[in-house]
Amino acid sequence: MANAEHAPAADGHIPHGDFRSYMTGFVLSVILTAIPFILVMSGGLESRRLTAVIVLLFAMAQIVVHMIYFLHMDPRAEGGWTVTSLVFTLIVLVICLAGTIWVMHNMDSNMMPDMIEDIAGEEPSGPGESDVPGQDMSPSE
Amino acid sequence: MQAARLKDRATDMSSTIDTSPEQERVWHLDEEPHHADGHSTPLGFWMYLMSDTLIFAILFATYAVLGDRYGGGPDQKALFDLRLIALNTAMLLLSSITYGFAMLNMDKDNQPGLRKWLLITAAFGAAFLVIELYEFYHLIHAGYGPWSSAFLSSFFVLVGTHGLHVTFGIVWLFVLLAQINRHGLTNSNRRRVETLSMFWHFLDVIWIGVFTIVYLMGAI
Repeated sequence: MANAEHAPAADGHIPHGDFRSYMTGFVLSVILTAIPFILVMSGGLESRRLTAVIVLLFAMAQIVVHMIYFLHMDPRAEGGWTVTSLVFTLIVLVICLAGTIWVMHNMDSNMMPDMIEDIAGEEPSGPGESDVPGQDMSPSE
Repeated sequence: MQAARLKDRATDMSSTIDTSPEQERVWHLDEEPHHADGHSTPLGFWMYLMSDTLIFAILFATYAVLGDRYGGGPDQKALFDLRLIALNTAMLLLSSITYGFAMLNMDKDNQPGLRKWLLITAAFGAAFLVIELYEFYHLIHAGYGPWSSAFLSSFFVLVGTHGLHVTFGIVWLFVLLAQINRHGLTNSNRRRVETLSMFWHFLDVIWIGVFTIVYLMGAI
């Protein structure tokens, strides 16, 4: 244990790259940024869903490039704790994002139609029409 | 025979656990494992970055839910100019590579080079902020401030939080430059330059998420 503390990897210095690795990361980032921008600015593909998936994949690829070439992530650094904490964070992140979107989408689709009109349907109903959506319900009570 | 062997083993065992009075007992190691000053900083700072990632995850989730609730107001296509965002992205990406050059100069103990590249990094960071503030000013001036719809609220909070991080990164950078001017490239200052480099590259990673989810996905 004591020997591990003296290992050069754990002496408090963040591993960094050389000129070549920085330039590789930069060139890859430029390419991975330019392609989705050009794709979207030129109007995108016919399928909006496919365009979105492609753009997202490019973003993920670029994040990995940044992690390797700029943040110099190394599975062996700090006895593997940086990668362990990264994996943990990613798990929490996926649960948060997917869970939020799922739950909120589910709530939206289970809302009663009246309630959605109440929120979003302000412009279609002109000033002359009944401006309180629940009004026509009241006589039947 | 059997008994003798057992006795032998018994004496063997007693000698291995050092209970004989003539041997000095060792309660601690002669040489304590020493930790260099700031030896836990990289991992500790990494933990901070991971918790910051979770803050941004929540803001992204909020935007994902509220991003299509326009409240009768304009949507992403009407409000965002992708050319401006492309310029903004270029500024941040350039600041990332110039920070890399600053790190390389520090490795070569080239203090003027380090200072020069840190200043260039700060300039690109400031350019990014100016463009972002111009965009915000433009939106608010046109009457589309964070109060006008749930979409704009979540947009301003997400992008504004990132901009706030960049602002503090620039403040940190100038404090660090003053430290280097006063004390030179001490071990502490080297560590600080390395830590700020993690922060700076981390902000660029978050920006990839912002321009993809907010601007590109909004324009599709």
